[in-house]
Amino acid sequence: MTNITTPTVSATTEKVKVSLQKRYSREKRFRWYGVASIVISLLFLVILLADITYKALPAFTHHYIQLNIEFNAEKLGVTAQSTPEELRRADYSVLVNDALAQQFPNVNGRNEKRALKNIISSNAPYRLQAMVLENPNLLGTKQAIWFLSNDDSDVYYKEGNDRLKPYETQWLDELKAKGQVDNRFNSVLFTNGDSREPEQAGILSALVGSLYTMLITLALSFPIGVAAAVYLEEFAPKNNFWVDLVEVNINNLAAVPSIVFGLLGLAVFIQFFGVPRSTPLVGGLVLSLMTLPTIIIASRAAIKAVPPSIREAAFGLGASKVQTVFHHVVPLAMPGILTGTIIGMAQALGETAPLLMIGMVAFIIDVPASITDPAAALPVQIYLWSDSPERAFTAKTSAAILILLGFLVIMNLLAVLLRKRFERRW
Amino acid sequence: MNTANILLILLLLVGFSYVIGRKRSLALAKPNPQRKGSNLHSLPGYYGHLVAIWCGIPALVILLLWNTFNTPIATSLVSNSLPVEIQSQSTEQIGLFMNRIQSAVNQGNINELTDPTQKQAAEYYQSILNISNMAKTVLVLVLAILGIFYGLRLIKPELRARNRVEKVATFFMASCASIAILTTAGIVFSVLFESIRFFSDVSILDFLFGTHWSPQTALRADQVGSSGSFGFIPLLVGTLLISAIALLVAVPLGLMSAIYLSEYASKPVRNIAKPALEVLAGIPTVVYGFFAALTVAPFIRDTGEALGLSVASESALAAGIVMGIMIIPFMSSLSDDVINAVPQAMRDGSYGMGATKSETIKQVIIPAALPGIVGAFLLAASRAIGETMIVVMAAGMSANLTINPLEAVTTVTVQIVALLTGDQEFDSTKTLAAFALGLTLFLMTLVLNVIALHIVRKYREQYD
Repeated sequence: MTNITTPTVSATTEKVKVSLQKRYSREKRFRWYGVASIVISLLFLVILLADITYKALPAFTHHYIQLNIEFNAEKLGVTAQSTPEELRRADYSVLVNDALAQQFPNVNGRNEKRALKNIISSNAPYRLQAMVLENPNLLGTKQAIWFLSNDDSDVYYKEGNDRLKPYETQWLDELKAKGQVDNRFNSVLFTNGDSREPEQAGILSALVGSLYTMLITLALSFPIGVAAAVYLEEFAPKNNFWVDLVEVNINNLAAVPSIVFGLLGLAVFIQFFGVPRSTPLVGGLVLSLMTLPTIIIASRAAIKAVPPSIREAAFGLGASKVQTVFHHVVPLAMPGILTGTIIGMAQALGETAPLLMIGMVAFIIDVPASITDPAAALPVQIYLWSDSPERAFTAKTSAAILILLGFLVIMNLLAVLLRKRFERRW
Repeated sequence: MNTANILLILLLLVGFSYVIGRKRSLALAKPNPQRKGSNLHSLPGYYGHLVAIWCGIPALVILLLWNTFNTPIATSLVSNSLPVEIQSQSTEQIGLFMNRIQSAVNQGNINELTDPTQKQAAEYYQSILNISNMAKTVLVLVLAILGIFYGLRLIKPELRARNRVEKVATFFMASCASIAILTTAGIVFSVLFESIRFFSDVSILDFLFGTHWSPQTALRADQVGSSGSFGFIPLLVGTLLISAIALLVAVPLGLMSAIYLSEYASKPVRNIAKPALEVLAGIPTVVYGFFAALTVAPFIRDTGEALGLSVASESALAAGIVMGIMIIPFMSSLSDDVINAVPQAMRDGSYGMGATKSETIKQVIIPAALPGIVGAFLLAASRAIGETMIVVMAAGMSANLTINPLEAVTTVTVQIVALLTGDQEFDSTKTLAAFALGLTLFLMTLVLNVIALHIVRKYREQYD
């Protein structure tokens, strides 16, 4: 037999081979750590969004219950000829109770009767009042009317509710079997202000409050931020103590916790200057101070990116420094400035903590009519609702979060589009 | 007239003054054959601007000052006119009295005040406000009109209108830039003054080294234990515990993501993953708080129970993990910047020596980028310490002195919110304590920021 001798491998080569193996597997592992971190981080994002969307979906529809209301003029103590004032004063809850009693004649006992009243929302009498005020000829007629269901009934239809008593679920099932229940788009969410009753609570007043606050923030922080950026980038003397102080300050302010701005607003604007608390005015003032550093830093970067040749050409034609900057540099930097402004506004829109400090946690039902009316803001509304014990508020909170996120997505898309549309390489 | 209407009229006057200023300059200009046009020094618009500045700025300044000092001056006038027996009361009592009057006047229901002294004072306050309002309207509008006349009288062809307008514009821009200083000064003074008042009640040593935090006992003066206890240590430990958990989540994930994205990832992957990560930074903190309180905390509690551990329903762990998720993009984009700033030559040198990519990263790039990464770490820590909504919604209120992440702890920011969102008079020790906490929070984050910014800046200079 021939002996095939394997070529002798030196010990060093052997060693290198083994260590190479190890180094390559280490390389592979390290790479996987990187992939894993990104995947985990993005997974968190997906879980967060999926969780909130899943929780929010029930809030976009609401169950309505149909009742046959007899507009009994005698029981109301009015006639079609009564004055509006008399019509307004009549007790319409009698009609609702009668309709319910007619539907479920076997209900006896105080507790059960009260529970029966609670299957529809407590605003039902007001709805009837509004209907009669609008058309007094309804008196004496019989109408099938859809009422907003109470939050507990609604939750029962959506996902079952272990808090309801057996007889209550029996009523609800009976109504459903008779086709007197309908699941409709929940317009209340978008047309009502806050309410203690989950089924009547909407985000409109918070939305308007946020809008006013944002308008004030924009009106203050945009001009001031751009002017400050232009000054620091184009006019400020170099190596000047005050200018350096301003620069250090701006960088520091960008990293100051937002709640400290709230303390500033409370002590300076509300306590010292007497700006009314809980209003979009003071909210806007505080948020504009917070947004300023973001806008200044972004605007400075945009201004810096405009090449010197533009300035030199303008100087060459005899323009002054101010003319050069305002006729040429700032217009060319505008896309970058606007991008930074939108991002700053998006941050301000989602900010909650400083608004808590200046009293925007009050329970506000009405839509604010001016910037000095007490108002809620969207993120604060979310915070308040998340604290409510009623189960239906969880869905409402999630829905409000989705709406807030929707606005943020739109703003960020706008910023991205702006950047893409006007991106220019010099 | 209210301020909004005054502003509207002022705006109209300013527009009007621009138009007539411009017209007037054109009327004064003589056609000048030598200069092929007019003998005006500046473009006609600048004369208009100048008149508009004279019309608007003095009036605006007066309006602003008036509105700023209106309430304080009126308040002090009224409180000086109060009867002696009220003036001799403590400052808190007088403050309370004045608050009642102010709110009655602001809501327009003076007649509902039952106490005759209060009603008298409220009527006096109302009359001062009325007079002041009238005087303000007249003064501002007269000043605006005088400004127009003065500006028009200034206009002469040889007037250097452009230079003057530009000087005003530059001054305006410089004052906008100095708002940053004013804001910082405002923060420092507002929290400092209130804190000094707090430290006159509570010894600073008790505050800094006390191990017991229960401000709630200080509700009433005649209560037992009315002094309350304001020991800062439990809050500090709670804050640091949650921040540490957050950083344990955010730093490895953020750093490894940054390394992968800048060194390994192909361009399309980077273009998708980087903005996707940054979405995490754009989500409002109140959303994270909701997620932490309603999803993560119950999940951790259930998991802990399944493992036989006792977990509080509001645990430091839940708040910390969610806060860590929030900080990931912050950590990754800052680290990404510093890793990209390491010159390619250093990588090439390492590859030339036969090092693998991961060896290059671990032994060349990370050490070279270390100052920047430390800076990013410190900025992330400062953000974690100052974060409010997540901990308010998920960390709980009980000031436990513990380092067990499964227990409920409270943080500085939670306590500030708790102390200031109730209904209580503004001068109690309780509310002042919030400002002392704010001051410590501000100082802590300021120190971290200054060190971080300094390190990052210093590092950047090395390769420039």
